[in-house]
Amino acid sequence: MSREDYEVIIGLEVHAELSTKTKIFCSCPTEFGGEPNTHCCPICMAMPGTLPVLNEKVVEYAVRAGLATNCEIEQRSKNDRKNYFYPDLPKSYQISQFDKPLCKKGGIEIDDEKGEKKTIRITRIHIEEDAGKLNHDEFGGGSLVDLNRAGVPLIEIVSEPDLRSSLEVDHYLKKLKSILEYIEVSDCKMQEGSFRADVNVSVRKKGETKLGTRTEMKNMNSFRSIIRGIEYEIDRQIDIIDQGGSIEQETLRWDDVSGRTFSMRDKEDAQDYRYFPDPDLVAIYLSDEYIENIRKTLPELPESRKERYRKEYALSQRDANLLTASKYLSNLFEDTTAICANAKATCNWILSDISRILNEKELEPSQIPFSSEQLAKLISLIEKGIISSAIAKKVIEELFEHPNDPEKIIKEKGWIQISDEGAIKEVVLQILEANPQSVADYKAGKEKALGFLVGQAMKQTKGKANPQMLNKMFIEEINK
Amino acid sequence: MEIYELTVHELIEKLDKKEITKEEVLISYQNRIDEKEKDVQAFVTITQQEAKDQLQKIQKEENKSKLAGIPIGIKDNICTKGIKTTCASKMLEDFVSPYDATVIKRINQEGMVCLGKLNMDEFAMGGSTEHSYFKKTKNPWNLNKVPGGSSGGSAAAVAAGMTPWALGSDTGGSIRQPAAFCGIVGLKPTYGLVSRFGLVAFASSLDQIGTLTKDVRDSALLLNVIAGHDKKDSTSVQKEKEDYVATLKNDVKGLKIGVPKEYFGEGINEEVKQSILKVIEVYKELGAVVEECSLDVAEYALATYYIIACAEASSNLGRFDGIRYGYRTKQYENLKDIYRNSRSEGFGPEVKRRIILGTYVLSSGYYDAYYKKAQQVRTLVKNEFAKNFEKYDIILTPTASNVAFDIGSKINNPLEMYLADLCTVPVNIAGLPGISVPCGLNKEGMPIGFQLIGKPFAEGTILNAAYSYEQNTNFKNNKPTFKN
Repeated sequence: MSREDYEVIIGLEVHAELSTKTKIFCSCPTEFGGEPNTHCCPICMAMPGTLPVLNEKVVEYAVRAGLATNCEIEQRSKNDRKNYFYPDLPKSYQISQFDKPLCKKGGIEIDDEKGEKKTIRITRIHIEEDAGKLNHDEFGGGSLVDLNRAGVPLIEIVSEPDLRSSLEVDHYLKKLKSILEYIEVSDCKMQEGSFRADVNVSVRKKGETKLGTRTEMKNMNSFRSIIRGIEYEIDRQIDIIDQGGSIEQETLRWDDVSGRTFSMRDKEDAQDYRYFPDPDLVAIYLSDEYIENIRKTLPELPESRKERYRKEYALSQRDANLLTASKYLSNLFEDTTAICANAKATCNWILSDISRILNEKELEPSQIPFSSEQLAKLISLIEKGIISSAIAKKVIEELFEHPNDPEKIIKEKGWIQISDEGAIKEVVLQILEANPQSVADYKAGKEKALGFLVGQAMKQTKGKANPQMLNKMFIEEINK
Repeated sequence: MEIYELTVHELIEKLDKKEITKEEVLISYQNRIDEKEKDVQAFVTITQQEAKDQLQKIQKEENKSKLAGIPIGIKDNICTKGIKTTCASKMLEDFVSPYDATVIKRINQEGMVCLGKLNMDEFAMGGSTEHSYFKKTKNPWNLNKVPGGSSGGSAAAVAAGMTPWALGSDTGGSIRQPAAFCGIVGLKPTYGLVSRFGLVAFASSLDQIGTLTKDVRDSALLLNVIAGHDKKDSTSVQKEKEDYVATLKNDVKGLKIGVPKEYFGEGINEEVKQSILKVIEVYKELGAVVEECSLDVAEYALATYYIIACAEASSNLGRFDGIRYGYRTKQYENLKDIYRNSRSEGFGPEVKRRIILGTYVLSSGYYDAYYKKAQQVRTLVKNEFAKNFEKYDIILTPTASNVAFDIGSKINNPLEMYLADLCTVPVNIAGLPGISVPCGLNKEGMPIGFQLIGKPFAEGTILNAAYSYEQNTNFKNNKPTFKN
């Protein structure tokens, strides 16, 4: 059978680190990095006798995330212990939430394969603590434990198995990430592991109502590997079923290098986490007033911002979508437009060159090094005809490397557009002389030939010639 | 009278009148330790030099607290910065805590001087202090008998005059039962009154730090120091601080005391029973109203206790894994070996028994039948106490159904050992305050204690009732004999 005969079912558990200043149960900083074991104290190192005290900000952030994803907020919830042994887990249990999560029964809208709206239901959002990190063979052999990350607050966002393809997963994750960024509860930096997902995949023959056996890929932390992993897993599972085999329920590790999944645990290790309510912590009670106060302070979310962009700036659905997907890009757009008053140009620069460079450099939008003032200045330089678009592209590249006033950049680099008629005319005459065939072509009605000639002139002036003037002058000269 | 025989309030009085000096007090206790420790074996660590240095520092700083310079002994499961905290376990044989428990901070603020860390059952699991990895503490009234437990070192040291008072911890009777066995006063406060921060956890929902003292006034005095909200312990209660000494009064007129009949049935020793009946008579004579009442859910409290306590312990003791601190096996080739061997070699048999039991009752498929059920019974026990407290101010029971037993006589019979907690456990299950007060000796000269149980945070009420009894009787005249 072929892939078309199967239906793919995917559910996600997304872990997002919350951007509170301090850890979930002690007052250590949550800051990423630092020398090993410098962001920890007796509490997050689980020294004997220490006790956890819940950081109220963590509850607030999780409630914010719940409200932004249309969840019901539980007025009464509690913390539970999830017991297992691993050297990165100093207490030998993770404080999490088992049967009474803070938020449940939510959902967010995404575009499905056909571009139609589809709701992905969210089962629950709960709070928990992150574990530490093991360093293998980094300091002359052996494995060492770094507890800087132990106790950093996380929310786990569990979806229903509503996703039907890797594309939908991509849309869902991007939407979720943008929501969390908008409400400022997580910086969602995937490369720092502050936004990662466990992916549950199963397949079943179309028409089948029973779910197939699922496998789980743990701790995936880039969109690319999530998509690749899902695609690989779909093929693997269909292959097995096609050959008459059956899928084993297991936890898998995705290996980016070989492009394969590997089994992580054998059956002997089937975990029994022995969840029970943490007796060191008291029940969490949230009043209606508390929840309403948080609801009132929620910022504008991507969905409504998108609608506003279409109305206010007349952007296309696609452009509004792309811009608002990232809070940082969206803010950059608004701030720049407020200065240069050219929404269309700002949108184009952000979605074309700036996004391309971000991709190439594997940077998050939050890492854009230049300011909205600088981008606005660049756009107004183009408008005034001081530089060409071609030069502007070079300025953008330069802004990523050495952010500075674009005016200074073009002066220093000598990139100012040639708008002097005499100089332009000189170039035009040279190019016309060197390309009689193109002149003939143009005269014969081939409009394209003009583009070629302008291109040659740009090449000769290293992109500095004013393209409008070139155009005009070529036509004048040819028609003389 | 020797200095080491005085209570703390007597020491304070004499220091006030300048009849004695702080140095003399310390020397008296240190000499007494030199003399008696070889027989009693109450200390895991004796901080002889540290105590002298501490006193010097206190003198220099001119600490104005009336408790400045008063010595104290600390159960070895309460974290002390710079001094070993072993929990009487091989697992923590050389462990030094990087911080002070909240109660230690409080006694340090008062300028008290730590004489040393006191022996206990390993990780506070046991009722005889025989489960210490290091030594077996003896009962000062008869060196062949156990001092009770798990705070056996604390109780024996106070009884033997090696410290004027001590801190202990009580999860199912670990302060009150050894206090009764050693003829002293032991107070377990209401759950949440005293911070648990820095108490190495055995069963988090039951553990509570409390006092072991020579008399009731000292209990009130020490409780004044350690009670109070601590933001580092989420389960510690925010309430106005009380002065338990100022409110002490020798008056029980009209006080309503309930005596649950279930505590006098099968299994109670006849001499203990007679002794408690005499206590009831004393209260009646003093004007209290004493009636028989019923606590029939209490019979399930012991089973409930062992399920909840072991479940919590199995999780709490997971951190002793040989990775970051404590004992690590020398025999390992992989991670699993480190875990398995460190824990197999580092924990004693009773601790292992409870970890296994606790792991079992939390396992999937058994959780509902055991842990969840136990939590439901716990609610019933609480409710039954609450119902009785609608009628009575205080509930009176024996502290233990028998006197101290012979060393070694129950060590191979865990179930029989667990029964020693029968009278004290319901109090922890319900989170109530309880105090054990000595009320006489049996024919063999072993102390008997009775227990007063109060409403939540009614420490004042039970301290008053205990004080009245003590003021109108004369157990004080009995002294331990150290007989062999």
